[in-house]
Amino acid sequence: MSTQADRGTAAGSAPHPGTPGSSDPHPGAGAHGTRLLSYVDALREGVAQEMERDPRVFLFGLDVADHKGIQGSTRGLLEQFGPERVFHTPLSEDAMTGVAIGAAMAGLRPIHVHIRMDFLMLCMNQLVNMASKAHYMYGGSVKVPLVVRSMIGKSWGQGAQHSQGLYALFMHVPGLKVVAPSNAHDAKGCMIAAIRDDNPVMFVEHRLLYPTEAYVPEASFTVVPGRARVCTRGGDITVVGISNMLVECLRAQELLAEAGVGVELIDPIWLVPLDIETIVESVRRTGRLLVVDNAWTNCGASAEILARVAERCWDRPLQMARMGFAPSPCPPSPTLEHEFYPNPATIALRIHEMVRPGSQWQPDMEQAALGYQLQFRGPF
Amino acid sequence: MSNPTPQPVTGRLYYKLRLIRRAEEEVARIYPSDKIKSPVHLSIGQEAVAVGICDCLRPDDVVSGTYRSHASYIAKGGDLGAMFAELYGKDTGCARGKGGSMHLVDMHHYILGTSAVVGTTVPIALGYALALQREGAGRIAAAFFGDGATEEGVFYESLNFAALHRLPVLFVCENNFYAIHTHIRKRWATTNLCERVRTYGIPAEQVTDGDVLAIRRLAAGFIDGIRTGESGPAFLECHTYRWREHVGPAEDYNAGYRSREELRPWQENDQVKVLGDSLPAAERAAIDAQVEAEVANAIEFAETSPFPKTKELYTHVYAG
Repeated sequence: MSTQADRGTAAGSAPHPGTPGSSDPHPGAGAHGTRLLSYVDALREGVAQEMERDPRVFLFGLDVADHKGIQGSTRGLLEQFGPERVFHTPLSEDAMTGVAIGAAMAGLRPIHVHIRMDFLMLCMNQLVNMASKAHYMYGGSVKVPLVVRSMIGKSWGQGAQHSQGLYALFMHVPGLKVVAPSNAHDAKGCMIAAIRDDNPVMFVEHRLLYPTEAYVPEASFTVVPGRARVCTRGGDITVVGISNMLVECLRAQELLAEAGVGVELIDPIWLVPLDIETIVESVRRTGRLLVVDNAWTNCGASAEILARVAERCWDRPLQMARMGFAPSPCPPSPTLEHEFYPNPATIALRIHEMVRPGSQWQPDMEQAALGYQLQFRGPF
Repeated sequence: MSNPTPQPVTGRLYYKLRLIRRAEEEVARIYPSDKIKSPVHLSIGQEAVAVGICDCLRPDDVVSGTYRSHASYIAKGGDLGAMFAELYGKDTGCARGKGGSMHLVDMHHYILGTSAVVGTTVPIALGYALALQREGAGRIAAAFFGDGATEEGVFYESLNFAALHRLPVLFVCENNFYAIHTHIRKRWATTNLCERVRTYGIPAEQVTDGDVLAIRRLAAGFIDGIRTGESGPAFLECHTYRWREHVGPAEDYNAGYRSREELRPWQENDQVKVLGDSLPAAERAAIDAQVEAEVANAIEFAETSPFPKTKELYTHVYAG
């Protein structure tokens, strides 16, 4: 089982944070001032450091101050910062989003927490009609420095309303920023960047990433908007993995490396603003692009990335494809749920088919399993 | 009225009532010229609510409003030239030509940006009030909204949160009986709005005759308690009447959904006229002259201001 524990570190086995595109000096394993930290602890540390630094920052939402503390991501913050800066809300997502916007207009810097991304559907009027537009619609006379944290669920029967990756809805609307960190390093760095940003930032977390570990600086740092990271270098195909799918793609890349297929894997990190240039530069070299999204493909982030690449690379033929959720609601039954998501094996097969069409190849299915997902147990 | 209102107050209230009335009459006059590039929802007939409430506010208190907010904008001291310029789509507009009549804003006078979506600004006023509560300087927020907003779920969410945290908010319902063209008879199971609000532990009162002095008196009492933190939030329902069509400059008594009969008692009790008549003729004339000059200057400012340069399309999408 030691190999599974090893697999449990999303970023420990692959070049991840600190490679080109990151805003930081290479932290690297064991570098001074860094240590292995889980995604959940990195989220909490980023928030705590910013709350320490800036008294205008406060955090609120359903259940942020209970004994579970949003899977641990807010645990201890109430004790550290008191009930004026860390507090529960009624189940009134619509009004609470408005409260966050009003507080932000008044100069505070709220972090509004939702334990599931699905619940953001109750906030849409305030986010789409007000938060995103206020700075523009009011001629620059107000700012809305707001962070909206939400978590995508997966596996153990989460079902149709605890599993949705709905960030493309927010990507559609000018004025919102959207970030979906795939590892602990970026979880902290993006959180700090989001809190310091003067715009509303949709901060998209993934439940299965919470226990994954990466080397994270102890000191405060930012992973700035609009810069992607090239996670692995390879000449055969460019693969973009979003949120948790980045980790699935990393495993697929490892499987393919054994077959001699070179994958250039890119983590966009920020979906708005999107660093399309890094992706285009890579695609111009490889001639192939696969986008693997943690959401449906229809009108999604994958559609947007493919469209932008096609617009910029019109002068040459490209091979492009995408993968994402099956075009159905997410079912809880394990056999159906398994079929619903891309996984390292299906991703690797798809890549192999694109790079070496017609040739027979099968990934080692045991190697394809991701340890941290095998370890996950319910209820959440 | 048991206590006669001192004349300076009457003069001040009349000035604001008259300024709003004349500004909006001018909007209606100009509108057919197509110089105003914005749907307008006129407050003509409803001025007393905004004027009565805002007269009790400090300059550093905050108001939030709706798409029908020329009145509260002017009553709170918003820049009239910037308002007209905004209606004209000019670069000097209060939102630099990016808001329009439905999105007036003047943060220098603590007028939060208004919204075209019913109910949207109510919780935003709460959020601002939360910041004011933490600030501890005794400032309050007055949230203006219509009867239609009280049908939105967010309204009840907001009442609950404001009461729970004892936020310094005065809720002001401008009940003109119509959501666009649909009367509350067809929308409300009961008309006991104040009773509904009181179940949240929020004191609530009603003014049914549109009397600006009555509105001001009730608001003043509520605001004292809100400001000191003694009462927590409070609620004022003010019956009023929209004289013009829902959107646009004209009347619509021939449209079939309401009668001119319904208008009559409100016109007979027109607060602009009532307060004007109560003033000495010379004082009234002086105020009228000042109002005419201010409105004329504001229109002149809008007419002579430049349109935004096209590159402005892309500024302010993101801050910073």
